[in-house]
Amino acid sequence: MKNLRWNNFLFQLVAFLLALAFTSLIMVFAGAPPISAYVEILGGAFGSVNSLANVVVVWMPLLLVTSGLLITFTAGLWNIGIEGQITLGAIFTTAALRLLQESSLPPWLIILLAMLAGVAGGALWAVMAGLLKTFGGVNEIFGGLGLNFVATALTLWLIFGPWKRPGTGSMSGTEPFPDTLWLPQLPGLRLSPWSVIFGAAAIYLVYRLLSGTYFGLRLKAIGKNVRAAFLLGVPAWQHSLLAFALCGFFAGLAGALQVTAVYHRLIPSISSGYGFLGLLVAMLVNYQALWAAPVALFFAALNIGSIQLPIMLNLDSSLSGVLQGMLVLFVLLTEGARKRWLQKNG
Amino acid sequence: MNVELRDIHKIFAAVHANNGINLKIPAGVIQGILGENGAGKSTLMKILSGFYQPSQGQILLDDKPVIIRSPADATRQGVGMLHQDPLDFPSMRVIDNFLIGHPGELIPDRGQAAAQLEAIQQKLGFSLRPEAHVDTLTVGERQQLEILRLLWLGVRVLILDEPTTGISALQKEKLFAALRLLAQEGKTIIFVSHKLEDVEVLCHKVAVLRQGRLIGEMLPPFNITRLVEMMFEKVITLGNRRSCCRGEISFRLNALELEDARLHIPGVSLEVQGGEVIGLAGMEGSGQALFLRACAGLVRAVGGHISINEHDLTGKPYHTYLEHGIAYLPAARLEEGLAPGMTLTEHFLLAGEARGFNIDWEQGRKVAQERIADFNIRGTPASPIEALSGGNQQRALLALLKHPLNLILLEHPTRGLDIESSIYIWDKLKERCAEGAVILFISSDLEELLQYSDRLLVFFSGEVSSPLDAERTTVEHLGQFIGGKGWAA
Repeated sequence: MKNLRWNNFLFQLVAFLLALAFTSLIMVFAGAPPISAYVEILGGAFGSVNSLANVVVVWMPLLLVTSGLLITFTAGLWNIGIEGQITLGAIFTTAALRLLQESSLPPWLIILLAMLAGVAGGALWAVMAGLLKTFGGVNEIFGGLGLNFVATALTLWLIFGPWKRPGTGSMSGTEPFPDTLWLPQLPGLRLSPWSVIFGAAAIYLVYRLLSGTYFGLRLKAIGKNVRAAFLLGVPAWQHSLLAFALCGFFAGLAGALQVTAVYHRLIPSISSGYGFLGLLVAMLVNYQALWAAPVALFFAALNIGSIQLPIMLNLDSSLSGVLQGMLVLFVLLTEGARKRWLQKNG
Repeated sequence: MNVELRDIHKIFAAVHANNGINLKIPAGVIQGILGENGAGKSTLMKILSGFYQPSQGQILLDDKPVIIRSPADATRQGVGMLHQDPLDFPSMRVIDNFLIGHPGELIPDRGQAAAQLEAIQQKLGFSLRPEAHVDTLTVGERQQLEILRLLWLGVRVLILDEPTTGISALQKEKLFAALRLLAQEGKTIIFVSHKLEDVEVLCHKVAVLRQGRLIGEMLPPFNITRLVEMMFEKVITLGNRRSCCRGEISFRLNALELEDARLHIPGVSLEVQGGEVIGLAGMEGSGQALFLRACAGLVRAVGGHISINEHDLTGKPYHTYLEHGIAYLPAARLEEGLAPGMTLTEHFLLAGEARGFNIDWEQGRKVAQERIADFNIRGTPASPIEALSGGNQQRALLALLKHPLNLILLEHPTRGLDIESSIYIWDKLKERCAEGAVILFISSDLEELLQYSDRLLVFFSGEVSSPLDAERTTVEHLGQFIGGKGWAA
């Protein structure tokens, strides 16, 4: 058993090194010095309190999204529609804030209601994908993909249509909300302590839910063999829908945070790609909720760190995406290799 | 083709699945391979057909040492294997399945292939329609298709793994006739089974495996008692029939009418006493599976009524059936009954009553440990279910049953299991009968049907017989009845 764990760790390490090596190779082809690029990324992510705070600003929504995805993954569902669910969370939050900002309600209540609206929006979009699958026979990958496009179109329509800034709509988004409607932030930083509370609570709750409750066990059974789960008395489609709803709940919360804690308005790419990034994290941690926190932190650090690259080395910041993608590919690859190796030598 | 296996070893982790096996099979011989579950039969055959590489040892075909790298390589060298579960493509047509795996042109010549298919099947006495879709065929017919395909590919050694499970008596006759013909032509036939009667009527030579070793070989006339001793180290008898009927009616069907895409079962009426066992006999696909699923609440009846202990369950959803103590155990254990990737403990927790919201894992492991001991399952609470052998999976499935139950519905409860496991499983089932549960089970094993049932229902293309008294029915009579003889018009 102990040997197996070592063996697993060794393969993961090899995957990480391979991902680094291949990304370096790409940099060499692009004419950039890999070592200084990595140094820049590290410095950009952890070099100052400010950059560290920015890493956390990315880390928390990513953790929320990953928490949600762990639920759907466990139930055997590929919730590709996660991007749209974040976006709908942001749209609903913005709508609630716009609706209530002129009212006499205290700001904290307005923010609370707006966040609840966001959560509902995310859950609604997720349940749509679930209903399409359960009653329409549409695979959740296709349904989710379609709903993502609808969500993006809806955002653009709102920004350039009904919610456009006074004068003319622009890609910079809707009119920012007054800072009374912002979630409280740490002095001098973009980071709100509420994000940290939500992120930490989400991953802990999901960890408990999946490893210690009958609900989690039933989801796992559905994910492993839906037919057997049904025959053993698990209400299968109801649980699938609930898994979608819960995932949408967390995605919607991430979207709500993007509006209330980060951008303070609706912008065209409000999800910041955290949905797809969350899918990568969830795949990488392979159902183990506790690992989601460090892996999401690493991904967040890569994202923030690579912002420096265009300035310092004239490289595109999408390099972090290359490294993240490589990492997932190599981890999956070495996992396959490890299984083969175990079959031969185990 | 002469086949020779020299000192074959296969080691999986802690298991020595094949331990120094030497076997010579001359061309034109039907070689039987006997052994209980886990004796190493399948491993040996998978080595010969290229699925596994031996850890040590040599294979000789026509006295030349060969290395068989893959199943495709095996067919190229003339060795083909017919698997227990047909490896075909159910949604495709017969002719397309036939063509798959055939090396050839970019664009296959279907007309020519169909003509060749026709020629081979005429010789063997099969009658498959090339345009039929494979999912409309019975298991026996799918087997025939696979044999035809392998022969067309030029196979000269044909390995059959438990070919008589799940096929009708009639199809078995056809299969045996075809195999005899192929042997006369000089093909080598290897027949893997744990059914003594099949081996007895078919084989020219039998080898017995036990715990990975070749125990010995026997030529006809076969001494069955001796063969059983070689397989199990001791003689096993099935024990006495015993009935647990209680007198009062517990399960009632009133003119139950069923329908699916292929079959129509016109009204079945049946009254079953608590503790009674009803065997459902018939060729695969004659309606018994549909009937069983209707009793489980998985298929809705077109007409009539189902009730258990005077509760009318007609048209109610599956979970209502569960609440009334009805359990259904499907034949496809890993596909429908159990969830691969989950441990025994997780299965027991899932199937048991949820105590609150949170799981008490300590308690769960304790329960699992108890059930494992109680049902004699070879595994630990942390064993993934797919790591257990077929017999142990079946025991696990039984161990998942709730307490108490009113009605247990089983599909092929002992398919693929050796005699000892079968007896064990029926002991456990009879305990449930003694507690008052009704059992309805499907089986294609006539001995099993007669041994354990109180009454029998025979299905023949949607027709259902009136209940037969199992004690006064013989294997011959039942066999004929299943084959469609003796039905009053």
